[in-house]
Amino acid sequence: MLAWTIYLSFAGALIEALLPKGNAALARVIALLVAVVGFGIAIAGFIGGAGQGRIVIADVPWVPTMGIHYTLAADGISRVLVLLTGLAATAGVLFSWNIELRTNEFFAFFLALIGGVYGVFLSFDLFLLFVFYEIAIVPKYFLIAIWGSTRKEYAAMKLALYSFVGSAMVLITLITAYAVSGSHSTGLVELAHAGLPVSFQMWAFPLTFVGFGILAGLWPFHTWAPTGHVAAPTAASMLLAGVVMKLGAYGCLRVAMSLFPHGMDPWGFSFLGLGSWRDVFALLAVIGIVYGALVALVQTDFKFVIGYSSVSHMGFVLLGLMTLNQIGITGAVLQMFSHGVLAGLLFGIVGRIVYERTHTRQLAELETMHLSKRLPFAAWGFAVAGMASMGLPGFSGFVAELQVLIGSWTANPWWTAAAGVGIVVGVAYTWRALQKAFFSDALPAQHLHEHGHELAALTWPEVTGFVLLGAASLLVGLWPRVLLDTIEPAVKALLAGGGQ
Amino acid sequence: MNYGDLFRVTLPETVLEIAALLVLLVDLAFLRKAALQVRAAVAAVLGVVGSAVSIWAIYGAGATSLRFNGNLLLVGGGTVAAAQIGVLVLTALTLLLLVDSEFTQHPGEYVAVVLMAASGGLIISAARDLLVIFAGLELLSISLYVLTAFGKTSAKSAEAALKYYLFGGMSAAFLLFGFSYLYGLSGSTNLYQIVLAAYRIDRMSAWPLWAVALVLVAVGLGFKVAAVPFHLWAADTYEGAPAPAASFIASVSKVASFALFIGISAAALNPTSGLLLDTAHGVMRLETRVIHGPVPTPFGFFAPWVRILEVLAALSMVVGNLTALRQTSVRRLLAYSAVAHAGYMLLGLAFFSWGPRSAQAILYYVLTYGLTTIGAFGVVGVVERAVGSDKLDAFLGLHKRNPLLAGVLLVLFLSLAGIPPLVGFWAKFNLFVAVLSVGGGVVPFALVALAVGMSAVSLYYYLQVLKRAYVMLAVDEAPIKVHPVTMLVLLVVAAAVVLAGCFPAVLQNWIASF
Repeated sequence: MLAWTIYLSFAGALIEALLPKGNAALARVIALLVAVVGFGIAIAGFIGGAGQGRIVIADVPWVPTMGIHYTLAADGISRVLVLLTGLAATAGVLFSWNIELRTNEFFAFFLALIGGVYGVFLSFDLFLLFVFYEIAIVPKYFLIAIWGSTRKEYAAMKLALYSFVGSAMVLITLITAYAVSGSHSTGLVELAHAGLPVSFQMWAFPLTFVGFGILAGLWPFHTWAPTGHVAAPTAASMLLAGVVMKLGAYGCLRVAMSLFPHGMDPWGFSFLGLGSWRDVFALLAVIGIVYGALVALVQTDFKFVIGYSSVSHMGFVLLGLMTLNQIGITGAVLQMFSHGVLAGLLFGIVGRIVYERTHTRQLAELETMHLSKRLPFAAWGFAVAGMASMGLPGFSGFVAELQVLIGSWTANPWWTAAAGVGIVVGVAYTWRALQKAFFSDALPAQHLHEHGHELAALTWPEVTGFVLLGAASLLVGLWPRVLLDTIEPAVKALLAGGGQ
Repeated sequence: MNYGDLFRVTLPETVLEIAALLVLLVDLAFLRKAALQVRAAVAAVLGVVGSAVSIWAIYGAGATSLRFNGNLLLVGGGTVAAAQIGVLVLTALTLLLLVDSEFTQHPGEYVAVVLMAASGGLIISAARDLLVIFAGLELLSISLYVLTAFGKTSAKSAEAALKYYLFGGMSAAFLLFGFSYLYGLSGSTNLYQIVLAAYRIDRMSAWPLWAVALVLVAVGLGFKVAAVPFHLWAADTYEGAPAPAASFIASVSKVASFALFIGISAAALNPTSGLLLDTAHGVMRLETRVIHGPVPTPFGFFAPWVRILEVLAALSMVVGNLTALRQTSVRRLLAYSAVAHAGYMLLGLAFFSWGPRSAQAILYYVLTYGLTTIGAFGVVGVVERAVGSDKLDAFLGLHKRNPLLAGVLLVLFLSLAGIPPLVGFWAKFNLFVAVLSVGGGVVPFALVALAVGMSAVSLYYYLQVLKRAYVMLAVDEAPIKVHPVTMLVLLVVAAAVVLAGCFPAVLQNWIASF
């Protein structure tokens, strides 16, 4: 049933593309309908799959002579991420309710992107996974280049080329793995059991990990992320940070780590204290956490703060993956969900609720606007989302990052210590942004009246989107077992061997 | 020589020649007073019918081959038949693009020359003898020079034709020179005999001459497929030739030339396959010793050939893609992208398999590439006529001026860039898998990595065009009208690119079915 999320999204994209121009209302309604139904299917699939392992949805020979199958399946990790995609898609449509320029095309690209993302999370054939992964690249380019702001063409091209170079690296290992394995299959399960030579895994693992890691914001390949997030229209930022970065992390876990586990074995020598690719990537993840947080601390553009915070939070995901233990990887998957929701929330507030009304994202200008009084909902909303994002207990971020830290402590305490610094800085940049943007008293209050006109009231799609995402974060924070019960068995199976 | 076989094997070419003459006759005798549109339509339809009959003749000939003194002249069946049918289908598509073009007052002659070029393409796809190969190549090449010059009122067309002709004449001379060396070394003009002679002859003594001969041959053939460093004609020709002629050069001529390459590589690897059974028995021992022996033969026919192809492939991929980055004319951009695509295919030829796998993968690539290019040139031609330029900026706001046309452009260019689920991706994947499954070791891996990396580069320049069409603001928003036949052809091509990409097994099975 989950497969219908893919087909429905692509069908929606096709319908949107063929819609007559100028009927923006219809385009919106159709997009919302597609997103909501997809979300509904995702929920149903999540509930229906509770307590089960990997469920094969479809397994049809695609290119029989080469052993390529159209294999769709879902294990716990997939189901959680599909749920996240449905949620982010619905919120994304709601937050782009005010798009007037080429509305139907916007939603066509949007839904095509969503379809590709669903496809990646549900593919259990490497070739198929790659196909969906690449399908997601092109819509991103157009979403940013057409509907974006601030150096949009530069940012869009940068993102497209980074993604394409990353996927080229993945493609090289995909082709080579197929040729080397001799198993005449590209199924993830078959390849994992093909007994790929250790020497091959030793270079295939880093290549694949970096290839996918580029999209996950792996330092130092993260530079597309801040510019891309800033330039993108709100809904695209939400999707970029919310689900597209997760594609990268998911690929690292599902492909790089499951197919080439021996790539993480020790090299047998130690260089600067690094004894394996695992150490290298854990170090890069930790650098990403601290670096992203520190850079976020000095940004003058509100959206850049969120952009760099995404790099920092995705560092936790990658660090969690590199712990290679149950609790760390579980935390990483949970962090994917949590960050997807919270980044969507923060970008929604900054990009849609604030920017569309004030037409500025400069913290220095926002400081003069007394937004806490003029946009109280946004101010308190950002306060809540910010606290959730900095890891306050009761929200999803806390549960996820705590697990990652516990996992990394057992793996290497130094990682934990360094990542802890990142959390502290995270508190600092969130407070700074919150204070500057909303609660600043830099100018006397009469300035308030000089602006003359009131800011437009909040609309129902904004509030609905906000409530949807906020409730999801709160629910997971208060009752993490709702996701953990699904994630943990899947991670356990993954760790037990690529077989899943 | 068996005249029955001769008739059956050359029937497809004969049909095309008859169709060419028929087109001329009809145009001259009955349509002198008719409007240009009508004459073009009649000529195109006759040409398409001729191609269709020719395809039927290919199916009829099956795997019949033509021998002379026991040596193969023309082969049928297998990848040859698939390539020939591809040549004819693509020819028919380019003819249909003629219907609404106005570059010539002589559509009858144009179609006749196209059909002759196509029959040259059929011959070189099937030829296994140096003389036949050369005759077929010249038939194809000279027709192409004429086609390039067909825009008589355009100075660019004349310039392009002259450049093409001068380069072509030069490379034909190189080719012939190389052929004469091969004949001198082996005493035969038959490919299989030449390859066997290369194994028989004392290896060390004649080795430099073999290498020289093969380099000369590579110059001639490299010119045909626009491989670096013999690609200099491509950009000017693609830019100056009338759009239907350019699309013919970019697609049909490419398919035929690569079919010839495939034939040579296959002959080089399986020299005994071309000999009659009793002769084959005599050389069996030789073959098992030289080819299947534990130590790979260092100076066989194939060793220098592979090196040459590797170098050409690497140069073409790098130079083609990097030069395309700086182009402002879309036709020149397509020309350099053609150079790059030739590089990928040459890579497939350098690591050629004993079995049919590589041949099928290369054929798959070149057929789908040819199809995509026809569509791309079709769109460029339409835009050019509406805007009067093929610069990047001519595509500004195309999505507003004609959404359908912009959609076709999107599909075709993304396919050329190798984005799934379009057919260009599958073609690349299939080809690179074939390369790696043949050649183990560092060199093939490095070259495949280079190819994949370079196709990542290529996305940039394809996106430059799409960016103009979809992202940047239009200067002129007047709708662009497209002739229904042209639009239909373009839609069919785009649909084929999408469907063949979603169901790659269909075309693959078709190629393997011969």
